[in-house]
Amino acid sequence: MGRGNFTTLLVFITAISLFPFIGSGSYVLTVGIFSGINALVAIGLCILMGYAGQVSLGQAGFYGIGAYVSAVISVKFGLPVIVCMAAGMAVAAGAAVVLAIPALRLKGHYLAVATLGFGEIIHVILNEWGLGGPSGFGDIPNFSLFGITVESASSFFYLVWGVVAVTAVFSFNLINSRNGRALRAIHDSETASNAMGVDVSVLKIKVFILSAVYAAFAGSLYAHYVTFISPASFSLFHSVLLLMMVIVGGITNIWGAIVGAVVITVLPELLKKFEEFDILVYGLILTLSLMFFRKGLVPLIIDKLQQRKGSGRA
Amino acid sequence: MFTVFLQFLFSGLTTGAVYALVGLGFNIIYNATSIINLAQGEFVVVGGLLMWLFSESFKLPFLVSAVLTILVSGLLALLMERLTIKPLPKTDLLLMIMITVAVSILLRGLLMFKFGKNPYVYPPFTEGEPFIIAGAVIQQQTLWVIGITFSCIILIYLFFNRTLIGKAMRACAVNPTAAMLVGIDVEKMIMLSFVLSAMVGAIGGIAVTPISLMEYDKGPMLAVKGFCAAIMGGLGRGRGSVAGGFIIGILESMTAGYIHSGLKDAVALLILLAILFFKPAGIFGSKTALQMRRF
Repeated sequence: MGRGNFTTLLVFITAISLFPFIGSGSYVLTVGIFSGINALVAIGLCILMGYAGQVSLGQAGFYGIGAYVSAVISVKFGLPVIVCMAAGMAVAAGAAVVLAIPALRLKGHYLAVATLGFGEIIHVILNEWGLGGPSGFGDIPNFSLFGITVESASSFFYLVWGVVAVTAVFSFNLINSRNGRALRAIHDSETASNAMGVDVSVLKIKVFILSAVYAAFAGSLYAHYVTFISPASFSLFHSVLLLMMVIVGGITNIWGAIVGAVVITVLPELLKKFEEFDILVYGLILTLSLMFFRKGLVPLIIDKLQQRKGSGRA
Repeated sequence: MFTVFLQFLFSGLTTGAVYALVGLGFNIIYNATSIINLAQGEFVVVGGLLMWLFSESFKLPFLVSAVLTILVSGLLALLMERLTIKPLPKTDLLLMIMITVAVSILLRGLLMFKFGKNPYVYPPFTEGEPFIIAGAVIQQQTLWVIGITFSCIILIYLFFNRTLIGKAMRACAVNPTAAMLVGIDVEKMIMLSFVLSAMVGAIGGIAVTPISLMEYDKGPMLAVKGFCAAIMGGLGRGRGSVAGGFIIGILESMTAGYIHSGLKDAVALLILLAILFFKPAGIFGSKTALQMRRF
């Protein structure tokens, strides 16, 4: 982690710890919790897309696997929640391997549509399998660890954002490691990085798994917070929303993914009066941000800050 | 037993025809630009819903409504290309994928704004008793759908092979730089390809709505199935995608009929993944052609 990131992290942690005192009411906290859950998925997607240059239109599939596996095991077998969550992540990692090995041969559109197809298959399975079908699956136990059950919104808020903070730190270290540099090399040129001795295939599979595990983690947190899940939450539209978070925030920046997740989660709440027209608003935002600030919010802000700094010195 | 099979076959041919048209639409744009327009399915929906608007709401005569629908769909695609595709760099693949996804969401939003979430339907093109073949019922509209699909395919084939503009568009596909050097306006050809493929999609929507109804959010699934058809036939090969479309349609309706109706969407997706993973060049495509592609 660089010094800039460290300062940002401190600001971030302060903001998070103060939030429940400022944003009162369980509604505000719940929006905050969903922002954190989405941020977790977005971080994984950001590493996959921004650093490894791979597209995924099926991230909601992994998110759904995490939620359903963890929920079903905890309800049917009554195992400790943390074990169920680990199981969810393991299954998602397995699915990622199965998807990634053949998908490695694919590029661009082919990869995009293959991941989209994967996500939709998961959605069909969740709808058709005897897990409550389209009407959903309920009575999921709350998150608990060592006998302490996290039930109140404010404590779950700290839990989720704590996980986000740890994941962000881990991801920053990953990106600045040898593997991270190799990833960026893949993004720029696969052939060149291959020639430099980077094992492109293995690394790509690893990143796929990493992003799937993040998504499954988020999914299981979601399941144990809401205690009720239905396939509708894990549809193609959610995959697109996740993609939107990464792009709006800035595809090559982990802070961007977090900011994007918060913006895209909070936005519909602010637009409540448009009710049914959220799709239209989403479409507009995504189209306009792709057209006019392709780099995303966070890189844009960084550029502006640096310009100001630069002119101040001169 | 055979009757039931035939019945499934007919319904498979109907849905397959629409997939074939969507697949064809993908190919038209792909051939001119190497872009996959993921908003392709939305134009089928636009076709069906606008047709309802003109013929049922405005009470315009059938042919006038159909022509208006096709023209307006073409215009929408023109706007889409001019406003969102043209200003962006075509070399950034991720951006190209995302922008067509973005436009598809925008279109869906507009459709929902105008039409709401309810499914729409209007009477079939011709009234009359359905035909009975070996005990299986075949609606007149089914024949219309299949007939219109094949007419479209033939017209597009003639367009690409017999007209100067069509040949110019194919030249852009083979080598845009060389095409530009011999004086072809590549930008105009890209624009034309978007308009043409939207029109093909809209025609499919107009024809199929009396049978399968139309609602604002049918687009993504149609796009996936159509893409599946296009991949199956080998991207860039029009006739391959038509065959692919019909195969998927028939397999789907057989699955729905003999196994479980909820699994029908999974079938197309599984075929898609299997082809992508094991034979990305498609069943009818060639590997060399795939390798020569920019993306």
